[in-house]
Amino acid sequence: MLKSLFEHKIADDVLKPVDGPVITVKDLYKSFGENHVLKGFNTELNRGQTLVVLGRSGSGKSVLIKCIIGLMKPDSGTINVLGHNILELSVPEMDKLRMRVGFLFQSNALYDSMTIRENLEFPMRRHLQHLETDEVNQQVVEALEDVGLAHTIDMMPSELSGGMQKRVALARTLILKPEIILYDEPTTGLDPITGAEISNLIVEIQEKYKTSSIVISHDMKCVEITADRINLLLRGTCYADGTYDELAASNDANIKLYFH
Amino acid sequence: MKLPGYAAAVFDEAGQIVLFTGRFFTETFSRRFEGKEFLRQCYIIGYKSLPLIGLTGFIMGLVLTIQVRPTLVAYGVEARIPAMVGLSFVREIGPVVSALIFAGKIGSSMGAELGSMRVTEQIDSMDVSGTNPFKFLVVTRVLAATIMLPVLSILSDAIGIYGSYLAYNIRGIMSIRLFYYEVFNYLHFSDLLPAFVKVYFFGFAVGIIGCFKGYYTTYGTAGVGKAANSAVVLSSVMVFILDLLAVQITDLLGIG
Repeated sequence: MLKSLFEHKIADDVLKPVDGPVITVKDLYKSFGENHVLKGFNTELNRGQTLVVLGRSGSGKSVLIKCIIGLMKPDSGTINVLGHNILELSVPEMDKLRMRVGFLFQSNALYDSMTIRENLEFPMRRHLQHLETDEVNQQVVEALEDVGLAHTIDMMPSELSGGMQKRVALARTLILKPEIILYDEPTTGLDPITGAEISNLIVEIQEKYKTSSIVISHDMKCVEITADRINLLLRGTCYADGTYDELAASNDANIKLYFH
Repeated sequence: MKLPGYAAAVFDEAGQIVLFTGRFFTETFSRRFEGKEFLRQCYIIGYKSLPLIGLTGFIMGLVLTIQVRPTLVAYGVEARIPAMVGLSFVREIGPVVSALIFAGKIGSSMGAELGSMRVTEQIDSMDVSGTNPFKFLVVTRVLAATIMLPVLSILSDAIGIYGSYLAYNIRGIMSIRLFYYEVFNYLHFSDLLPAFVKVYFFGFAVGIIGCFKGYYTTYGTAGVGKAANSAVVLSSVMVFILDLLAVQITDLLGIG
């Protein structure tokens, strides 16, 4: 009883706002057996900024954001999210922190046994239990309107196209009004036009809700549209850090591979 | 001493299932119970399995009666068919056959459903939204399986005995009232209790193994098929092992 009260008190602290960078990653190492994916990766995400992590397939981009959200445990290093070292947080504290951090999966990860409405209600029913049914409905409709898919509210995920599923997944990510959103390859598997629409939607959401974002991508069109800053992940470290124009003007052969 | 690879894998998996079971109990008694999902699972696992388990029980009742009849007629104890079928069904056939059908239908469905949720990152998605996926997906399913299988087993017994009554009347004549009187005349509380208790364990084993296999699925869609298949195989074997233990325990305690 005392323990749970104590944990609850610590967990409330997780909700406090912070000054400075919203995410700081220091000396992050992660290996899978002999495959050393991250070898001392460092980066920072400032409030209101969109940071794109660029890199080849298998370079460890998804591993990086899965470590940031706590889905994977790094071998060493520190990850500070909204002023808290996530490696030191208890499970209830991490759950509370996750309410402030949204995650858009590459595969969308919509719950296929639930309707679109139930998908969006799912996190709300568990975290915002004080809300009346009308308020929940209103917020679900608003989130779907933000992504232009209010008419799909009673459909099943399998009835939607890939692009529509991505938009619904984004609406579900937005439903708890997170301060940070992590996007795992948001345009992968989409045609260039739909990919550009999703990239523009990411920018619109960032401007409307003032979120800070990390976008994992190797789609240069998406990178150009969304990035305030780019980190090039190469050989497990942050090889280059700069704006799109700065990196595009670089003469480094490894950077040129992406921009020319 | 180092164990051979296969034996080490068996012990490793057994250890993981024990840890998984331990986590089930911890999560079951911690705060926030997913009541709505639990009722939905009871409906899916219980109500939707009834036609299959009822049909199997009915056919087993018919077949058992038709098969034993010539032998009992030869010994001049044809009138003992209701007692024999009733005892066989309540003590052994009803619980074990229901549990095996249940393992095939529900164990595989749990393995496949949770497995596909794992490989399509739906379980991770629950995790990152700050929802406990173990509580929502595993606790509700295992509890529903544990509670629903005994109910299904009792219904299967009743339907199987009715099937036996119909089979008896193909070649003989006995009223349904007399048939059921004969069944209950030879059934004692000590026959019902062990059967009723062991079937809870069967339901729990099917639920835990089905969820364990699905929850830790790896290697994409091929892994989903493997999870569903191994959930059925392992839970069916577990039903027989538990049945053997139940027989030994009731024998030691002098029950039945």
